[in-house]
Amino acid sequence: MQFSENWLRSLVNTDLDSQALSHALTMTGLEVEEMQAVAAPFSKVVVAKILTAVKHPDADRLQVCTVDVGLAEPVQIVCGAANARVGLIAPCALVGAELPGFSIKQAKVRGIESFGMLCSSKELGITEEATGLLELERDAVMGQSIREHLDLDDHLFTLKLTPNRSDCLSLKGIARDVAAITGASTSFDAISAVATELSDVKNIVVTEQTACPRYCGRLIRSINAKAATPSWMLKRLERSGLRSISAVVDVTNYVLLALGQPMHAFDADKLNGDLAVRFAKEGESLTLLNDLAITLKADDLVIADARGAVALAGVMGGKDSSVGDDTVDIFLESAFFTPAVITGKARRLGLSTDSSYRFERGVDFGNTGNAIEYATMLIQQICGGAAGEVTEVIGVLPARNPVNLRLARLISVLGIPFAQDKVGQLLTQLGFAFTTASGVFTVTPPSYRFDITIEEDLIEEIARLHGYDYIPATPPVAALTMLDAPEAKSHLNKLRDSLVASGYQEVVNYSFVDESWERDLLGNANPIKLKNPIASNLSVMRTSLWGGLLDTLVYNLNRKQDRAMLFEVGATYFNQTSQDSSAAFVESTAISGLAYGSAKPEQWSADASELDFFEVKTHVNALLGGASAHKQVTYEKAEHVTLHPGQTARILLDGVPIGWLGKLHPKWQQHYSLSKSTFLFELQAEAVLNRTIPSYQEVSKLLPVRRDLAVVVDADLAVNSLLNTVKKANIPLVLEVALFDLYQGQGIPENKKSLALSVLMHDTEKTLTDADADMVIANLLQLLQNNFGATLRN
Amino acid sequence: MADLTHLISEAQIDFASSVTMNDLEVAKAKYLGKVGLLTDALKGLGKLSNEERPAAGAAINLIKQGVEAALTARREALLNAEQAKQLAQESIDVTLPARAQSQGGLHPVTLTLQRIEQLFHSIGFEVATGPEIESDFYNFTALNIPEDHPARAMHDTFYIDEANVLRTHTSPVQIHYMENALKNNKTPPLKIIAPGRVYRVDSDATHSPMFHQVEGLWVDEEISFANLKGVVQDFLQKFFERDDLTVRFRPSFFPFTEPSAEMDMSWNGGWLEIGGCGMVHPEVFKHVNVDHEKYRGFAFGLGVERLAMLRYGVNDLRHFFNNDIRFLSQFR
Repeated sequence: MQFSENWLRSLVNTDLDSQALSHALTMTGLEVEEMQAVAAPFSKVVVAKILTAVKHPDADRLQVCTVDVGLAEPVQIVCGAANARVGLIAPCALVGAELPGFSIKQAKVRGIESFGMLCSSKELGITEEATGLLELERDAVMGQSIREHLDLDDHLFTLKLTPNRSDCLSLKGIARDVAAITGASTSFDAISAVATELSDVKNIVVTEQTACPRYCGRLIRSINAKAATPSWMLKRLERSGLRSISAVVDVTNYVLLALGQPMHAFDADKLNGDLAVRFAKEGESLTLLNDLAITLKADDLVIADARGAVALAGVMGGKDSSVGDDTVDIFLESAFFTPAVITGKARRLGLSTDSSYRFERGVDFGNTGNAIEYATMLIQQICGGAAGEVTEVIGVLPARNPVNLRLARLISVLGIPFAQDKVGQLLTQLGFAFTTASGVFTVTPPSYRFDITIEEDLIEEIARLHGYDYIPATPPVAALTMLDAPEAKSHLNKLRDSLVASGYQEVVNYSFVDESWERDLLGNANPIKLKNPIASNLSVMRTSLWGGLLDTLVYNLNRKQDRAMLFEVGATYFNQTSQDSSAAFVESTAISGLAYGSAKPEQWSADASELDFFEVKTHVNALLGGASAHKQVTYEKAEHVTLHPGQTARILLDGVPIGWLGKLHPKWQQHYSLSKSTFLFELQAEAVLNRTIPSYQEVSKLLPVRRDLAVVVDADLAVNSLLNTVKKANIPLVLEVALFDLYQGQGIPENKKSLALSVLMHDTEKTLTDADADMVIANLLQLLQNNFGATLRN
Repeated sequence: MADLTHLISEAQIDFASSVTMNDLEVAKAKYLGKVGLLTDALKGLGKLSNEERPAAGAAINLIKQGVEAALTARREALLNAEQAKQLAQESIDVTLPARAQSQGGLHPVTLTLQRIEQLFHSIGFEVATGPEIESDFYNFTALNIPEDHPARAMHDTFYIDEANVLRTHTSPVQIHYMENALKNNKTPPLKIIAPGRVYRVDSDATHSPMFHQVEGLWVDEEISFANLKGVVQDFLQKFFERDDLTVRFRPSFFPFTEPSAEMDMSWNGGWLEIGGCGMVHPEVFKHVNVDHEKYRGFAFGLGVERLAMLRYGVNDLRHFFNNDIRFLSQFR
């Protein structure tokens, strides 16, 4: 909502200056988004008239003018404007004038004296651009200050109104609130019924008395539709951001701004028979004023004549019945439509009009009649014409039920003391009618407020008028209890810390990604799609964080980084495909990492070896936590569309798959132009967060015994399966079997490898003898022979 | 018997001229070896009379001690020299750079969130979370924003389909949390913060289509608007470690709070908007079956990136999502 400060000040008598007024509005809930001076500061510019103009003897484009500036003698001014001509009335900056950015001095222009400068609107800082001198109206008084003449000592206020404050979508409403805030008095134009000279009326049939609780209409005949809108009205319209259309339309717009009542004028001669306010017939068509041809739906409220819809109620009039230059008779409408009926109708058509904006939020239904009288008066002033009787149809007006405000509740909700008198005073300032009985105010909201239906609404009004600044910041007093601290649940921050300790930098990528990342990189044909993505490459929800990590890698490589270890923690989103789930979408938090380049930063004391699978596996193990954190972590050889088929592991926790680790597939390495190997991992964070609480096991007092065993097995045997088999076999006395060397090459047949195992054994009862140890080794060897064809290495 | 005192000075000279342990052993043999000069002298004692022998013996022993002392001194000197030589060889340039490890770090948004969580945790707030793909009901309706309410236009919403959106704020977590609390027979006081990603169809220098909010909710029997102001001000003072920070509330409108306010924070002589807040609207309590006569509550939403920018002096919102390592590594 934009308006002229001076217009507002003509309605409310406040002694606050512009800044203070702006602050007061903002601090009581009418946020001033912008306050802009109408013109730049300047001085000594007056209304002037060109008396004579002759071509400059030495310059083709210059004229030498004598100019009446309201002084006894005209002054000589050299002017280069194309529209400078005898009789033109324009602003003139006198010698000594200060204009935006420069000052005017007496000067010679190509040898001829010039005593000032005729100005364009740009030179006065009124507009950004101008073509030629600003042409003023003929009735201007020579020598009058241009600031006064054009009312330039004014500001444009732009309010950012919240949806609940429809009462402030007019100058009257804002003035009313300024009065409530500051205690200033208001003075509104007196509105009385105009004298009626016509006997004919248009019949109005309102079939929807809930959707249209009040409809006022009247005929005005024999108007001059071509009459010029007076400059005072034009100025107010312009300063509210509205363009002049024609006198009649300008008046309806002016009343909308002044009183907040949307009005519509039909060309009465283009209406056929009686008017009806009814819901549209499904499929009925209407061409709106803006040439948009629409097909109406059954819940669209329309104004219709005998032939069909002529206006979309509360949104926009129809083109066929619109007022034009040739219009002689008009039918003027001032109505109240129920917000719920208008809401969403304009948006459905991709429109938002000043009218629909107000009706959706609520228009003062106590002002419908006043508005039509005010508009009639203005039209008659400008266009003449004879007015008929107002036809008014009243249906079911919105209830204004009394709302109770308990003083005690007010005090406890706001947390500050209030005297009963003070509350009464604030309600009076707001213009609310109320009664008081034993600490309870019973308030009847006015017809212009649509946001006062419950006690909290009144509490908010009192708080706002009292001033939020005068409510202290008071720490709460509460009972102290400790928070739960589940030890079996780790925290995402601990997972983050683990990766940071391994050298990874956290990143945050968008949750929506390029569809090709899902389709091609991840092989997901069915990602969750956004209906209205912000960009075509951010159109689907990610099911993995890898796309973003790779993108971030490339971004940084392009900025001369040569290695990167990155991770992200964030949601992944899946279309629910199984029928038995009620939720359509499933979200799962992933913790995901990428490692690229050398294993260590380039340095003097270590060689520049590349990262490999096992380096990154170490990082993943660290992330998964110590041995006691989970029962069992296993990596099994698997395949993933993004990863190298020979270097991919599925990660399982207690047998349940929870993630992946692997090297980026060479085809993707090539796709992203990566010169070095890239490793990726991704884990379901929720699974990793679950821990087991440590439970003490007896520590043997007897020392363990270690024996080493080297066996030869097939080269493609997964070592993990061998170790798991050993573990599951639970060989008596064995504490731990670990791999400490892996060898292939001379002395070992091709397609074979040698595994060196350390076997730790103990007995809680007695010290182990050599014979005991030999027996254990024999059992172990037997197990490996049986299961894996292992042979003892010589 | 001849005076042998000169042997001490001779030995000292011999020992001093020995530059290795071997030389020294050879020199030692000359005096103390089996056929050494002093050994000979001791052997010669037998030829002396009983009267002469003790005095002569004592004299030789005195000399022997002198020679041995000279030997020990030289031995130590040689050892020290050897050790010094070895130490010199082992000397390194301690000013060389340390062995480099990869340096990891947290994203500044995470740092900020951790700081926020820590501060609210200190007065008993729990962290709650909720889905980012949210039903229209939780994102709007349960928060007293019915369909076609003009307030919906305040949210530039990403739609998945007719019934589901990317959450436009963290406020729906309030609803989930209160619903679950009641299901589990947990009654107020309820104190949560809900940090997380939120989404709006808006992208320019000062808006990101994805950003982070922290929602706060405190429901109790005696909780007031003044308390809301108190908690927010306390938080901001602690977060920025500045006791002189004040918070300014401006009347505003959110369908799920009343009275509602925009929160401004004093900063470098002006005011900066940092979020919205208010007292929980009775309609919200009705949706989750909390007795709104018995209980009251306040709720607030803070912009995390805004706080991070102010805390760390970041001048462009887009840095947070470009993920340039040169930017991110500044927060280690």
